[in-house]
Amino acid sequence: MSASTGEQDMTPLMQVKALTKMYGHRIGCKNVSFDLYPGEVMGIVGESGSGKSTLLNAMAGHHAPDCGEVVFDTRADGPVDTCTMSEPARRMLGRTDWAFVHQHARDGLRMSVSAGGNIGERLMAVGGRHYGEIRDQAADWLGRVEISDSRIDDRPSDFSGGMQQRLQIARNLVTGPRLVFMDEPTGGLDVSVQARLLDLLRSLVREMGLSAIIVTHDLAVVRLLADRLMVMKDGYVVESGLTDQVLDDPQHAYTQLLVSSVLQV
Amino acid sequence: MSDYNFAYLDEQTKRMIRRAILKGLAVPGYQVPFASREMPMPYGWGTGGVQVTAATLVPEDSLKVIDQGADDTTNAVSIRKFFERTAGVATTEETTKASVIQTRHRIPEAELSEDQILVYQVPIPEPLRFLEPRETETRKMHSLEEYGLMHVKLYEDISQHGDIATAYAYPVKVEERYVMDPSPIPKFDNPKLEMAAIQLFGAGREQRIYALPPYTRVVSLDFEDYPFEATKADYPCDLCAAEDSYLDEVILDDAGSRMFVCSDTDYCRSRRAEGHVGRLGEEAA
Repeated sequence: MSASTGEQDMTPLMQVKALTKMYGHRIGCKNVSFDLYPGEVMGIVGESGSGKSTLLNAMAGHHAPDCGEVVFDTRADGPVDTCTMSEPARRMLGRTDWAFVHQHARDGLRMSVSAGGNIGERLMAVGGRHYGEIRDQAADWLGRVEISDSRIDDRPSDFSGGMQQRLQIARNLVTGPRLVFMDEPTGGLDVSVQARLLDLLRSLVREMGLSAIIVTHDLAVVRLLADRLMVMKDGYVVESGLTDQVLDDPQHAYTQLLVSSVLQV
Repeated sequence: MSDYNFAYLDEQTKRMIRRAILKGLAVPGYQVPFASREMPMPYGWGTGGVQVTAATLVPEDSLKVIDQGADDTTNAVSIRKFFERTAGVATTEETTKASVIQTRHRIPEAELSEDQILVYQVPIPEPLRFLEPRETETRKMHSLEEYGLMHVKLYEDISQHGDIATAYAYPVKVEERYVMDPSPIPKFDNPKLEMAAIQLFGAGREQRIYALPPYTRVVSLDFEDYPFEATKADYPCDLCAAEDSYLDEVILDDAGSRMFVCSDTDYCRSRRAEGHVGRLGEEAA
């Protein structure tokens, strides 16, 4: 779908400029700026309440930011500020070029609709009207996320937590998005399931040339997936840089604390 | 009869309902909110349809009320009596002679003409309701034309039953814009929604009115490889031998014998009067 040529690689896929979201007088996130290039995975880490989910939701258009711009390089019109674009256009973006993976799979899935229906929903939302083709694609995507296609007519409520999360990922990636927002994609899963999910995510991101913004408090996740890292504290970005650089040589006191707090087995 | 204002409702209320009807006609398929009044009958008995009928009636009208196609069921009889008492209008059971027809769950078999109004009783006007419980969200989906979810329901039907098993309240798209619930009519009636008469839909409990002007384009949703099909029981009527009308199945005894009869009683009667006789019918007296 999005053949990333060398020329396109020069323009950032997404430019976040001085994004600020306030909750009354309290800071959600303040003055966040960064560029995300095609194929790049950005990790956002920080403790609970540091504003990382707020930032993610503001970028994905779920919350209206108080000021700042989120410029996305759309396929049709080039770079557009998504905060000021019309709601229909933003929602259209939300089900074509963007994907959002929630921490809790049940927030992102329709629990009363079969796995095939869940995957097919995005296809039907963008005009897919051929049952056979929708079903074939759904089966194909179930395979890609390592769910047996004999489960295509089962409801997500019959799935394990890890399968639900993988189903959510399949449902989001089926329309070939270019940018995936992930909010703690491995939260609440046990470590072996986490490892498989991370493996899967990594191969999907590489295969499809996806860009992703991953919010997590788990440093192992960003070490594995992210090219670049932003560390947030109290709504501010306190440090950013290449993942390995930030994790191996943390400069800010909070990052040092964060890195040293990781439990070693 | 003089104890009531004409057709029960006060004039201001009828005015308010007429405004909603006009807006509904101007935006076909759009659900117009209105201040539904308490009616002297329980919700679910057609309070929405009754209010629309009351706002539509004029003294010269001739009213027909049907429930599942029949003129003589409880719901139809009580609503017909209600307007006989409160409006004093003429009533009829003949589809062609009625100027206003209030219906529940059926469209009459006889073709309606431009000088007729068909009023539907609607239980749940929102076609997306069972898929998306939030009203704020469904309104947004209507305004932004996000109707992919409606096909998810049809997808689920096919994946579970092998074909589109939705047999009534089959969703339609009006003039390529609004997806509309045609009220719980059988999908056999869906093709008839494109008609010469004005069609008004009233939902009393949900406080919504919507409408189809004459000759509005109404398309039943489907998949390319599973096209819409108007289905009925594959028998002729046992009383009038009609092959083209929607049938009710009637269980006759404990031994499994059954008969199929037209659900539209007026249609069946008029055919029998013309001399058509079905398997279990008798010659017209």
